[in-house]
Order: sequence, then structure tokens, then C-alpha cells
Amino acid sequence: MNATPLFAQLINLFAAVILLLSFSMLAQRRVIQLINLFALQGFTLFLSTLVVAVNTGQSHLYWSAGLTLALKAMLLPWILHRLVRQLQVKSEVEPLVNIPTTMLIGIVLVMISFNVALPISQLSSAIARGTLGIALAVVMLAFLMMITRRKAITQVVGFLSMENGLFLAATSATYGMPMVVELGIALDVLVGVIILGVFFFQIRDQFDSLDIHHMERLKDN
Amino acid sequence: MDPFILMLAIPLVSGALLTVAGERAWAPNLNILASLGTFLAAAGLTAEIVASGPRFAFGEQFFIDSLNVFFVALTAFVGLTTSIFSGPYMANEAAHGRLTKPRLRLYKSMYQLFMFTMLVALTTNNLGILWVAMEAATLTTVLLVSLYRTPASLEAAWKYFILCGVGIAQALFGTILLYFAAERILGESGNALLWTHLVSAKAFLDPNIMALSFIFLLVGYGTKVGLAPLHNWLPDAHAEGPTPVSAVLSGLLLNVALYAILRCKVLADGAIHSDFAGNLMMGFGLFTLLLAAFFLSKQKDVKRMFAYSSIEHMGLITFAFGMGGAVANFAGLLHMTMHSLTKSAIFFAVGHATQKVGTQMMADIRGLIRVNPLIGWGLLLGTLAILGMPPFGVFASEFMILTHAMKHHAWATPIMLLALGVAFAAIFGKVQPMVFGETKAKRLPHAPAITPVFVHLALVLMLGLYIPPYLTRWFEEAARMLG
Repeated sequence: MNATPLFAQLINLFAAVILLLSFSMLAQRRVIQLINLFALQGFTLFLSTLVVAVNTGQSHLYWSAGLTLALKAMLLPWILHRLVRQLQVKSEVEPLVNIPTTMLIGIVLVMISFNVALPISQLSSAIARGTLGIALAVVMLAFLMMITRRKAITQVVGFLSMENGLFLAATSATYGMPMVVELGIALDVLVGVIILGVFFFQIRDQFDSLDIHHMERLKDN
Repeated sequence: MDPFILMLAIPLVSGALLTVAGERAWAPNLNILASLGTFLAAAGLTAEIVASGPRFAFGEQFFIDSLNVFFVALTAFVGLTTSIFSGPYMANEAAHGRLTKPRLRLYKSMYQLFMFTMLVALTTNNLGILWVAMEAATLTTVLLVSLYRTPASLEAAWKYFILCGVGIAQALFGTILLYFAAERILGESGNALLWTHLVSAKAFLDPNIMALSFIFLLVGYGTKVGLAPLHNWLPDAHAEGPTPVSAVLSGLLLNVALYAILRCKVLADGAIHSDFAGNLMMGFGLFTLLLAAFFLSKQKDVKRMFAYSSIEHMGLITFAFGMGGAVANFAGLLHMTMHSLTKSAIFFAVGHATQKVGTQMMADIRGLIRVNPLIGWGLLLGTLAILGMPPFGVFASEFMILTHAMKHHAWATPIMLLALGVAFAAIFGKVQPMVFGETKAKRLPHAPAITPVFVHLALVLMLGLYIPPYLTRWFEEAARMLG
């Protein structure tokens, strides 16, 4: 399992690109661009999985890579684009916290993630070193995006981006989960997005908008 | 036929059948029949495990021992009684024009699939599949919470989906870390996530990774248990969804999520060699208990109030398992059983009561005992039971938890007594005028199903007075497995 330096560097490169894409998603103001960035993140994830697969020669990782390409880089962005078109979502994303502040919080989150992952990264083999911290940071940034955005569809992109971070952790740090688990996770994500699609139409019919600002009536008082 | 395969196949097949066939006159009966079949299969499986010990199924992918077979039996039983209750309940909702035929179809097929996912989550040996099944259980219930399509129910379902989605993502990260720790010991085969393999190697797992992993798993699955501060979805989902869904969410889903935490705790304890996991659970449990007790008094909606009561009890159970040891684990398991039975009985009674009065606002529900003495008594007795009045079983388990805490963690006892006292005052003060007092309710088009309420309460009463020796042995063995 000794990774050649080139492979290790490639994986670190792709992981870094995924992290950068997370930041640009945080900074993005347009819904269509946001979905494109998500697709690009999915594609980068596919590349990094492919590199791990070639390096370790495990056949099930090729399957994971193929699944990532089909699901995260193509099918899910396509579904999201369709939803945006059919629901005629206004193109502006309205952040609750202004974007420079969000970016600063994001940087702090990345530092925390690296610190948390540090003792574990040291135990890991060379190929995975550092990627676990990056994966945790991607999860945290996606979480931040879900908290600070108002539109239902942006929250979903955040949710899916969180999934990307988890997948990065699974492939780069552990060379992939067992096949049956990965298939199950992929199925859950797909079903989840389909249910959300149904759900969007219900929300829009009720509220005439996909702004979750309308959904703040349930409170304890 | 193997009862295990039957138990998983019946809900899956009947769920598909109910989807394809649509809403027919026989659909409610098929729903009950399927639940009865699942229950009989689960009973057969339980008998087999009690007689001949733990077993595997499908290679090593499924593993049934005395711990999870206990949850399986409870799940199948409450699943059966809830399906009996939901027959007339949903018919009344349809007659009141709140539900259309396609929604009734959606309800029944999702109900069966929900049972299927929970039974898979309980019996799987693979911690990855456990995660997948828990997520699937969320997905099947999201559309049930928004079944009425009112603005409030959509909001509740959205909150449920997003909060539980985020929570469950943390649990997946925890599972990945667990796998990361395990593959260094067990190798990269698919076996590294099998619980039976992990247990035999638990002492060799890296303590640092396991500690971090357990934090993520506790926060993640804890969201589904309703542990504060991630409990916000629970009252909304319970209040806005149909009542049978509230009953199975409170009575079953919370248990299954807690079961997932317990399985992981066994591994974390073995690896860390300290009370780290237990202390974490005690902290979360106590905080949840206290927070929920104080929120109880602010509630106006009856289902919301009992949802907070579920959070309160889950906090207490988490605290009990956090203390660990044979006695506390025994009390925790007993309390889980009592809570499931009592809380679903309360939701059955509340469901019929709100249907009669046409509102969930407690201020408008009055004099149930005159409208329908059975519903009135059911609600009153259920409330007394859940508040821990003797001779009901909840008293026995709460007493065990309290005395054990007094002996080993004396500092926690005043906090617990305070929370239980506040909860008692809040709930009893609100339920009493609902049951007695003047009324102006009307007749329901379909006679309500009261039997499940009293079957549950009779069981809780019996277990409070007398626990059969085979049940004690069973609980003890399960408690020993938890360490």
C-alpha cells in the first residue's frame, strides 16, 4: 500500500480543489452557478476516487468512481437544474449573513477541522495524510452553507455537498467503504433528492415561494 | 420457513403491494394483516433466539442476539397495534375531508416500508447498513409527516428532513472513522464493519479514533433520538403529522436510534478503557431531560406536549445507559419498553380525542370522560402511567434509575427529581381539565379503536406489578451484553 509520491500529490491536489470549490460555493450568489460548482465538485471527487482506485487496484473503488461520476457529477445536477427551471426559482441566492463574514467563519471552521483531524491523520498511511482534515472541513463548510442560506434549494445543495465531503473521507482515508454500504448510501441520497423534488412542489404550492423564511411559524410559545 | 426472512419479507412485499394496488376497500385490512404477519414472524424469531441463542442470517450480514430480538419484538408489537388503531383513525380523517385516496395509499405503503427499514436497522450486523437503514427510515417518514399538506406540516417535514439529514451525516462520518480504525486491525475486507468482528477486536481499536468516532455517532444518531440541543424537529414532526405516525415515531423510531448508539457504545467502551462514552451520554441525557421538562409547561398543543414528554424520557434512558452496569442497563431497557407501550397508547387516545373535538389545542379539549368514557380513561391512565405513578411499569424503571443514580452519581439525583417533578406538574395540570369538565364534542363517523390503548396499558400495569421470570432473564442477558 505504499503510494508513490505522484499519487499522493494528486490526491492531495484533488482534495484541495474540492475544498476550494466548497469555498467558492459559499461565495456564489447565483443558484445556477451554485449547481454547476456542485457538479464540478462531484467531478473532482470522481477524479480523486479514480486515482485511489488506480493506486490501490481495488476493483470496487472503480465502481465507486463510476457511481460518483454518474450520480454526483451528472444525474443530481441535472435533476437540480430541472427543478430550478420548472419551479422558476429566482436566480439570486439571499444569504442571511453577508458573504465576507461567512468566508471568515469558514476559514475558522477549516482550522478547527484540521486540528480535530490531526491526531488521526498522523496514524494514517501516506496516501491519506491531510485528506481527512480536508474532508471534515468540506462537511463543516457545507453545514455553514445550510445555516446561512434562505432558499430551500441552496440548503439541498449544501446537504449534497456535505455528502461529497463524507465520500471524500471514505475513499481517501479508508480506501472506500465496503461495496454494499456504498451502494446503500448512494441509493439513500438518490431517493432523498427525489423526495425533495416532490417536496419542493408541495412547498411552492403552499407558500408560492421556495424561501424558507416563510417556514418559521412553528415555535414554542 | 425461516421466521427471520418472513419478518423482513412481509412488510417489504405488502408495502409494494399496497403501492401498486392503490386505495381499495381491503387495503386497511391488508395493512393490519401484514403487521400481524410481521408480529407473528418476530414472535417466532424471538422464541428461536430465547431457545437456542444468537444466530446469523445471510452469511454474517444479519445478527440476532438477545439484545436486538427484544427491540424486534417490541417494534413488531407496537407496529401491529398502531396499524389496528390507524384503520378507523385514517377512515375518520378521510371522512372529515382531510385526506384523499392517494394520500391514504401513500400512508399505508410508507407505513409498511418504515417497519421494514426499522427491522433491518435492528437486525443488521453491518454498521454501514445500520446507517443506510436509519436514513431510509427518515426518508419513508418525511412524506408521512407532511401528509396533510398544510403549511405547518410542510414546515415540520422540512425541518425533520434537514435536521435529521445533517444529524445522520455526522453519524456517517462517525461510521467512516470507525471503519478507519477497524480496517487497521481487521484488514480491508468487507468484514471490518461487521459488529460481531468489531466486538472481538474492540480492545485493539485505536482509542483516539474511537473517541472521536463515538462523538460523531452520538451526535448523529442522537439527533434522531431527540437529544438536546438537536431535538427541534421532534415536537414539530409529532404535532403536525397524522397521529399513528406520531405513535410510531415516539414509540419505535427513537428506540431504534438509541439502539444504534448502544451498539456503538459497546465498541467505544472496549477501545477507550474509560468512562468517556458513558459520561458523554450521561451529560447529554441529563441536559435533555432538564430542557424538555421545562419546555413541557409552555405547550398548548396536546401532541406537542407529549412529544416533549418523549424527549424527556429519552433523556432519562440515555442517562441510564450512560451510567452503565447491569442494574442501570436493565432499568434502561425496561424503561424503553414501558415508554414505547405507554406513549403509543397515549397517542392513540389523544388521536381519537382530537378527532372528536376537532382541535389539538388543549384549551379547547374538555370533558373527554363524558364524551367517551373509554377515551377519557385511556388518556388519564396513560398520563398517570407515563408520569411514573405506581403501580404502572414506568414507576418501577424510573425508581431503579433513580436509586442507582443515588448510589453511584449522587450529584445527578436532585437534577433528575427536579425535572421529573416539573414534568409531572406540567402534564398532569393540563390533562386533568381535558379529561373532566364540560364538553361539546360530536360523534365520529367510524367507531374508534380503543382496544390497543388498553392492551398497552394493561401490559404496562402488569409489568409494573410482576415481571415474568423469563422476561427478567432476557433483560438481564441483554443488559450484560451492554457491559
